[in-house]
Amino acid sequence: MMRIGNAQGFWGDDVDAPARLVGQQPDLDYLTLDYLAEVTMSILALQRSRDPEAGYARDFMHVVKAIAPYWREGHPVRIVANAGGLNPRACAQACVESLREAGCADKKIALVTGDDVLETIKTLARQGDALNNLDTGKPIATVVDSLVTANTYFGAAPLVEALDAGADIVLTGRVADPCMTLAPCMHHFKWAHDDYDRIAGGLIAGHVLECGTQATGGISTHWLELPDVANMGFPFVEMDADGSFVVTKPAGTGGAVNARTVKEQLLYEMHDPGNYVSPDACVNLLKTTVEEVERDRVRVAGFKGRPPPADYKVSATYRDGYRASGQLTLFGRDAVEKAWKSGEIIHDRLNRAGYSYKHTNIECLGAGACAPGMFVEPDLFETVLRISVADHNKEAVERFAKEIAPLACGGAQGTTGYAGGRPRPTPVFGFWPCLLPAKHVQPIIEMIDV
Amino acid sequence: MTEHRLGEIAHARSGDKGSGANVGIIAYTPEGYAVLKTYLTSARVEAFFRPMGVGVVTRYEWESIGAFNFTLPDILAGGGSRSLRIDAQGKALGQILLEMPIPIDEATLTQCRRPDPLRSPS
Repeated sequence: MMRIGNAQGFWGDDVDAPARLVGQQPDLDYLTLDYLAEVTMSILALQRSRDPEAGYARDFMHVVKAIAPYWREGHPVRIVANAGGLNPRACAQACVESLREAGCADKKIALVTGDDVLETIKTLARQGDALNNLDTGKPIATVVDSLVTANTYFGAAPLVEALDAGADIVLTGRVADPCMTLAPCMHHFKWAHDDYDRIAGGLIAGHVLECGTQATGGISTHWLELPDVANMGFPFVEMDADGSFVVTKPAGTGGAVNARTVKEQLLYEMHDPGNYVSPDACVNLLKTTVEEVERDRVRVAGFKGRPPPADYKVSATYRDGYRASGQLTLFGRDAVEKAWKSGEIIHDRLNRAGYSYKHTNIECLGAGACAPGMFVEPDLFETVLRISVADHNKEAVERFAKEIAPLACGGAQGTTGYAGGRPRPTPVFGFWPCLLPAKHVQPIIEMIDV
Repeated sequence: MTEHRLGEIAHARSGDKGSGANVGIIAYTPEGYAVLKTYLTSARVEAFFRPMGVGVVTRYEWESIGAFNFTLPDILAGGGSRSLRIDAQGKALGQILLEMPIPIDEATLTQCRRPDPLRSPS
């Protein structure tokens, strides 16, 4: 049996969680840190365009420094992190410096690159390859000049090779999230790449872990009933050689690991539970069982694996204009009616000034904005007007941002809460998922002695 | 036969994928799963979410964990960084679907409700 935890579910998660988890669970073998959501790559691209040394999750250096004292005392925990983002080399360099400063010069970093296929994608597109969008079926030629990033989702193979070579930290760019958990399993248990049922177990363990506290009660339906949520534990699995595992969390932490929280996380971002697709296997979960064995311990078992698709999945992003959103608070009688009218006035003024927008939206927060059209709008005494536009014309979006403040004087009585100030236009990134034949992709593994 | 909210017999989890989303509905009891298998069809869920602009809804049965998964294409009006909605990532969709009214008689409802009392620590 071996233990794998997750202590970063996304870039922006609790930066103190990784060292805390290592301290709370001294027998943890591996720690996975997941920094990359679908749109994170485009944010990293923006940062790199302003600073060539940027483009990775800088939070990771804080994590490395915080774990260093455990390493100096001989704690063997090994880390798999996709903190490299769009600039894994700069991330590795910063990591080397952080480890030297922290007195951990005996550590080995494995740098996994080759996932950045932007130039390949552009070349193929210009040669006439369709690279159709998996959601819309459109050819990539329509956006090729606006592409910002294109990265393949690596599977576990290069990560396993890195661990086999003795890496203490495996640093990657884009890799399929659950493969960061699968790789330590394959390395530890020496599972063959075609041992699909066991690989399926490693992947589903990764699926449960990859969003951190979402496995320990975070965003669960019964969140309000959970104990000590302020001290919510991050999850880890106890993985068995047969691919089944127990989901749990450190003793003394808050939140809960029960059949309900684990079932909910199994369903998170799920498509067909009979065919969960990843670069290492396609998993059938229809016979999967979830069983509470003790308090905060849930056994998950029963996976069928099949060979994975032949092609790599690529997630590309492209620039698609600008957007801005602004808010005003309305208090008093007829607050919702006043808010709607205020929003319409803003659009009316912009139209008169000669501006039009590809997309606009007016919402009354508090009156069911998360479920537009679904429920009878309540008669509120207070609401927040949220008004948004998007367009390719940046100047039009900037003009919109200036049109909200005037309502502070010219709007309804009870108009307040313009504290956020003038909204700033931000770039919109479109997401382009497509497939790339494996012959165009080559993972590269470099071992770096700190 | 009276109407009750789905949330009395099931819990939920939603998440986004591009401009679409999914909502998993998990029955509290096997009796509740049977009720939902009959009543909570893809057509009913699609009709329920129509005001939000959903595309063709698919239902996946997942009996081993007492759940149904619904995929809701196009419900996020763009999703990601593009959607202008406050809930661009579909975080609230589980809570919305749990408000769906379902007709159920009192005897069956008793068998479908969560067996443990509300608000007890797990």
